[in-house]
Amino acid sequence: MQLWLIPILPLLGFLINGLFGRRFSKGLVSAVAIGSVALSFAWALRAILSLDLDHAHVEHYFTWIQSGAFRVNCDFSVDRLTAVMLMVVTGVGLLIHVYSIGYMAHEGGYYRFFAYLNLFMFFMLTLVLAANYLVLFVGWEGVGLCSYLLIGFYFDKKLATDAGNKAFIVNRIGDFGFSLAMFYIVKNFGSLDFATVFGSAASKPEGMLTIIGLLLMVGACGKSAQLPLYVWLPDAMAGPTPVSALIHAATMVTAGVYMTARSFPIYIHAPAAMETIAIIGIATAFFAATIGLAQNDIKKVFAYSTVSQLGYMFVGVGCGAFSAGIYHLMTHAFFKALLFLGSGSVIHALAGEQDLRNMGGLRRKIPWTFLTMMCAAVAIAGVPPFAGFFSKDAILLAAHRQAPWIYWVGTITAGMTAFYVFRAMFLAFFGKYRGDAHPHESPPVMLVPLVVLALLSIAGGFLFKIPAFLGTVFPSRSVDEDLTLMAISTAAGFLGIFLAWLMYVARPGMADALAGGVKGLYTLVYNKYYVDEVYDAAVVKPLVGGSRAVLWKGVDAGLIDGAVNGVGGRAQRIGGVLRLLQSGNIRSYATWIVLGSVVAIVALVEGAR
Amino acid sequence: MDVILFLVFAIIAVVCAINVVVQTHPISSAISLVGVMGSLAVLYLLLGAEFIAAAQVIVYAGAIMVLFVFVIMLLNAGAEVHKGRSLMARFLGLPALVMLLGLLAYFVQRLFPRGDMVHFGGFTGGSPKDIGMALFTTYLLPFEATSILILIAIVGAIVLARKEMD
Amino acid sequence: MGAVPISWFLTLSAVLFSLGVAGFLFRRGIITVFMSIELMLNAVNLSFVTFSYQLKKVDGHLLAFFVMVVAAAEAAVGLAIILTVFKNRKTLNIDDVDSMKN
Repeated sequence: MQLWLIPILPLLGFLINGLFGRRFSKGLVSAVAIGSVALSFAWALRAILSLDLDHAHVEHYFTWIQSGAFRVNCDFSVDRLTAVMLMVVTGVGLLIHVYSIGYMAHEGGYYRFFAYLNLFMFFMLTLVLAANYLVLFVGWEGVGLCSYLLIGFYFDKKLATDAGNKAFIVNRIGDFGFSLAMFYIVKNFGSLDFATVFGSAASKPEGMLTIIGLLLMVGACGKSAQLPLYVWLPDAMAGPTPVSALIHAATMVTAGVYMTARSFPIYIHAPAAMETIAIIGIATAFFAATIGLAQNDIKKVFAYSTVSQLGYMFVGVGCGAFSAGIYHLMTHAFFKALLFLGSGSVIHALAGEQDLRNMGGLRRKIPWTFLTMMCAAVAIAGVPPFAGFFSKDAILLAAHRQAPWIYWVGTITAGMTAFYVFRAMFLAFFGKYRGDAHPHESPPVMLVPLVVLALLSIAGGFLFKIPAFLGTVFPSRSVDEDLTLMAISTAAGFLGIFLAWLMYVARPGMADALAGGVKGLYTLVYNKYYVDEVYDAAVVKPLVGGSRAVLWKGVDAGLIDGAVNGVGGRAQRIGGVLRLLQSGNIRSYATWIVLGSVVAIVALVEGAR
Repeated sequence: MDVILFLVFAIIAVVCAINVVVQTHPISSAISLVGVMGSLAVLYLLLGAEFIAAAQVIVYAGAIMVLFVFVIMLLNAGAEVHKGRSLMARFLGLPALVMLLGLLAYFVQRLFPRGDMVHFGGFTGGSPKDIGMALFTTYLLPFEATSILILIAIVGAIVLARKEMD
Repeated sequence: MGAVPISWFLTLSAVLFSLGVAGFLFRRGIITVFMSIELMLNAVNLSFVTFSYQLKKVDGHLLAFFVMVVAAAEAAVGLAIILTVFKNRKTLNIDDVDSMKN
């Protein structure tokens, strides 16, 4: 089936644009980039439609590592889970590529942007298609690299480069956990192939599987921005908005969820690990939602929303509802990408303004953006029958079955989600315009993807019945459709919308009054609970200071340089002493020769005797 | 007869050698060296080395020593002035020398306690014919190499000793 | 009355060689040192010819011949060097030619 074409086509796009794009026209660069992703999407579609996906279809390309009995191949495999991911990645990716043509039209480094985007697609598709942990890790690391490159795209702004560094470093911490998990898997299973590991997972002791599960979870926390490794995601908003949409909403951050879902045979035999995942997920969801309540930058609101929704996905996975988690992954890709792209459109309309306090009343000036974003907002709020309702409910129901308290916290979070999303919508689009730019609608090339995503957000829940589709992949868990629970969570969503309307449309001064009332709490939430500052003081500063003082001055300058220079100095001194042997006097040399020959003759004769 | 011949010329050789080392003026040393070479030529004849004896007189005494004398005259070398500066040579040289001499004598005695006796005509293989035969068959490569060596020496000597072209 | 023991020749060679070494070590004039070297070479030649007699082979003569050739070449070049040194340093005292000191 030539599955390798799916990732290779974007890689070709990267190479062409990266090497020659500087000389291409903008049109050619876009054509190459969009063309490669479109072809990849088409090929993936063909693969999915023509293969029997009930059994994983594995293609073996070459042996990568062979060391004794340990062997890692470069294999790709497709099954139903992969199919869902492929469609999401290539489909949403394609839409965002098209959007970027318009968004980045006036930016410098046009070809570089598309080259990086294509490179990202290559790595993400490798991650999704991988048939063993190591190839998945290649994709994992690669998307981290592309995230760094794209966050720091405006490399002349320190804010952006710092954010890129932060993303990469925090991701690395997660990757360390992932690596440890892989080592442990190799030690106990002897192989990293999914087929081998998952086939024999049932027979391994629970303790070992729990350790593997927890270590994999550390990796997922890093990549998917869960507590405590979520701090990079809000800062990553310093990158261009399409990047935020693609990488930090729809695809890269979902890699952790995908990996966890893929490893379900390990997790279903390690309930302790699953419970940990669920707890961390719900904690992150709640925590991030509270922060999102008070943010004023439109992108930051959605960034914290992403962290929160990722928490939901992990709750789904952690409570055994794997297909529900993946379902939410897909719907979230639709409406979160739409929210980001829409805010990009707003920012583009206002020539760079991102602060919600300087917006307002835009719904008449940029109607298309307003309408499409509204579709996303109702979807994320869980309003039936839009896409978000189905997926969120599936997760909450599974959570209730697992541990009711998770359900209640999740419901409250759903209410908060609805509140802050609609707060952003009302602040931006309703009321009077508070800024001083000249808002203009975005060009069609940016609007068409918004419309497509809006349609998907509306109808995605009906069109793609993921839980049924993935039913053959994951162990089935019959979840009763408890109407009461569904009603309660939906009501929470509506309550959130109503409160937002109340505080920002009906009585505009109410929000500030409330904030003044709980000043301390508000400041805490507004400053993201000072988590970044705590990390900085507790981890970053000691490390940097220690590196500087101990490793740099002590070890490098002192020890190593001292040793090397010391050797040189010693050689010089010895040479200086030996130099004095050269007396310059020929007769003394001659004497030495005679002495030496006497010794030599004696030695020779003694030896011969 | 051979013994007397040997003793006479051996004593001449040793005396001349001592003279070479002891004399202050280089020209006296050069003449004494000629004497050494002459006596050695006779000893070669005793050993049946006719060609070598002839070569010794012609090449060594006749050419090389003449060269030495020319150079001494060219440089107007005078008698040496006593100005010892090498402590090393003064203190270690004599013992080293005595050690060397002793060693050599010892080995000679050890290796040849009752060796052959040398008399005139004891060895007839030293004629020019025999030398020629060996030179152009077994020792052809060294022969060619030495001819190149002489070429190099000629060129080197000319380059080193010519006057600067102003 | 007849023959000379071979060891006498070798002893003579040793004596001459040592005298050459003595001259080489203790004399200061360059030319005298050079002549001591020639003395040493002659002593070795005597040694070669003696052994050739003992082994009843002509190879020793050949070696002595080559030594003579090399000594000739060496004398030529060496004296040329001495001339150059004299031109530059105006001295024939080897103790004064010590610019390689330290």
